[in-house]
Amino acid sequence: MLTLVNMEVMFWGLILVLKGISLQVRTGSVTTLIGANGAGKSTTLKAISGLIKLERGEVTRGSIEFDGQKIQNRYPEDIARLGIVYVREGRRIFDELTPEENLLVGSYLRPRGEVEEGLERVYHYFPRLKERRTIRAGYLSGGEQQMLAIGSALMAKPKLLLLDEPSLGLAPLIVVEIFEIIRRLNQEEGVTILLVEQNARMALGLADYGYVMENGKIVLDAPAEKLKEDEDVREFYLGLSKAGRKSFQDVKSYRRRKRWLG
Amino acid sequence: MDFFLQLLVNGLMVGALYALVALGFVLIYKATDAINFAQGELVMIGGFIVAVLLGSYGFPLVVAVAGTIVAMIVLAFGVERMILRPLIGRPVIAVIMATIGLASILKGIGPLLFRAETKNVPLPIPDAPLFVSGLLISPIQIVAVAISLIFLALFGSFFLRSRIGIAMRAVADSQQVAMAMGISVERYFALAWAMAGIVSAIGGIIWGNLLGVDVHLSLVGLKVFPVVILGGLDSILGAVVGGLIVGGVESVAAGYIDPYVGGGTKDFIPYLLMIVILMIRPYGLFGKEIIERV
Ligand SMILES: Nc1ncnc2c1ncn2[C@@H]1O[C@H](COP(=O)(O)OP(=O)(O)O)[C@@H](O)[C@H]1O
Ligand SMILES: [Mg+2]
Repeated sequence: MLTLVNMEVMFWGLILVLKGISLQVRTGSVTTLIGANGAGKSTTLKAISGLIKLERGEVTRGSIEFDGQKIQNRYPEDIARLGIVYVREGRRIFDELTPEENLLVGSYLRPRGEVEEGLERVYHYFPRLKERRTIRAGYLSGGEQQMLAIGSALMAKPKLLLLDEPSLGLAPLIVVEIFEIIRRLNQEEGVTILLVEQNARMALGLADYGYVMENGKIVLDAPAEKLKEDEDVREFYLGLSKAGRKSFQDVKSYRRRKRWLG
Repeated sequence: MDFFLQLLVNGLMVGALYALVALGFVLIYKATDAINFAQGELVMIGGFIVAVLLGSYGFPLVVAVAGTIVAMIVLAFGVERMILRPLIGRPVIAVIMATIGLASILKGIGPLLFRAETKNVPLPIPDAPLFVSGLLISPIQIVAVAISLIFLALFGSFFLRSRIGIAMRAVADSQQVAMAMGISVERYFALAWAMAGIVSAIGGIIWGNLLGVDVHLSLVGLKVFPVVILGGLDSILGAVVGGLIVGGVESVAAGYIDPYVGGGTKDFIPYLLMIVILMIRPYGLFGKEIIERV
């Protein structure tokens, strides 16, 4: 469905942030992109959704292909029209609007006749939004705001949903709840999902296939089951190793590089 | 008491017309977050156009009104396209400076294109005042208030109920999130200006009739700031209430103070009120409070 081939992204014509990303998202799958803060995960999603344009960024090499069409460097509105919806990190919703109004805006690209049905679908997955549909969205709890962000995206009936760190800053119990809903959206609604996460444990538990990103590059990729077993992933991203828990900083980085790049 | 009531009623009626002018400002602020300092000048241009269409060309009223509305939409589109669109994403102060510049330009162009002498906007409404339970009310005031309230209600429900209106509020809230949802932000900016153009046309017609049209007509724009600060920059209901308060207070104050100071009360009372309100409620009576999350 989505294929990135050796994609480079540059900001301001001089800051090279992504240095050749290749990645594939299969129709109907949940694919995850994990990596530490600053690895370039969000930039990857922004490049796909066209939002890098707003930050003076550009795909300078390689390509983004969606359903057989080259889509790099298009405007965000145009990408959204193709059925790619990006839920940004940090629960970006319209604070001033009520949850229901937020959802209506989400349905902007759909015919009017589908709005009711869309609302029902979202409220089916997020009953809590229904209860709180008339208060100002800015007053929702963090978890509810994340649900609203995903619900708004759902209103657009996306073919491909780009989720940027839906777990960020949320309590563990809420994260479990949200990931369960993401799983159901994939299985019941057939939405293909590209999930960006720092919470590798949750992400790999959900995904079919995973990519590990570091410093603007993909350093590892494998089916999620396999990644979970990978020694380095266990050590750096799941905080597990044979010797017990270890923190990222304790490990000499050259060893890592050698294994992944060598 | 009768004197007071008369002042108050007159003031409230004028206040409804302030609200109409302020509506133009609010529409633009609501949808684009731009502070438009040229609202009064847009009203002035609207007045010039309708006066010329009626007076110099002798068009029938309906044609002249329609023509004014169309011309003002075109003008507003032009302003948006040429002056504001290039400034999207720039600091607020750049937009403010641009609209202050626009105000000066319009003030110069108006008399230049349409000649400086004061013109009338004759409307087929009787002059003879009516007596309503002891109060003196002129028919034009009633018509003006009705028109202004209708417009305020129309735009109010547009923003509250229609999908396009909600999307406009969404764009104002966060342009980036809106874009990611497939909303063409620029189209909404243009739409907001077009709506402000319509409001300015109506304002120009009514205010032009009341005051006559020349460059001084743009001074009605000075009332916009007290009204919107009182009501909240982005609230249509606030514009109505703010307009009524400013109109009522200045009329009553002027009635009692002007005889001693020889006039001018109406010019400073609204601003005095504005400063007091700013100290008590920085967001205005109905403005949105910014939600701060940490
Ligand atoms: N608009 C931008 N201009 C310059 N550098 C940027 C811009 N956006 C992101 N970067 C840089 O790209 C790197 C990756 O950022 P990001 O994609 O947000 O990482 P992640 O989402 O993985 O935490 C960071 O070092 C960041 O400083
Ligand atoms: Mg990120």
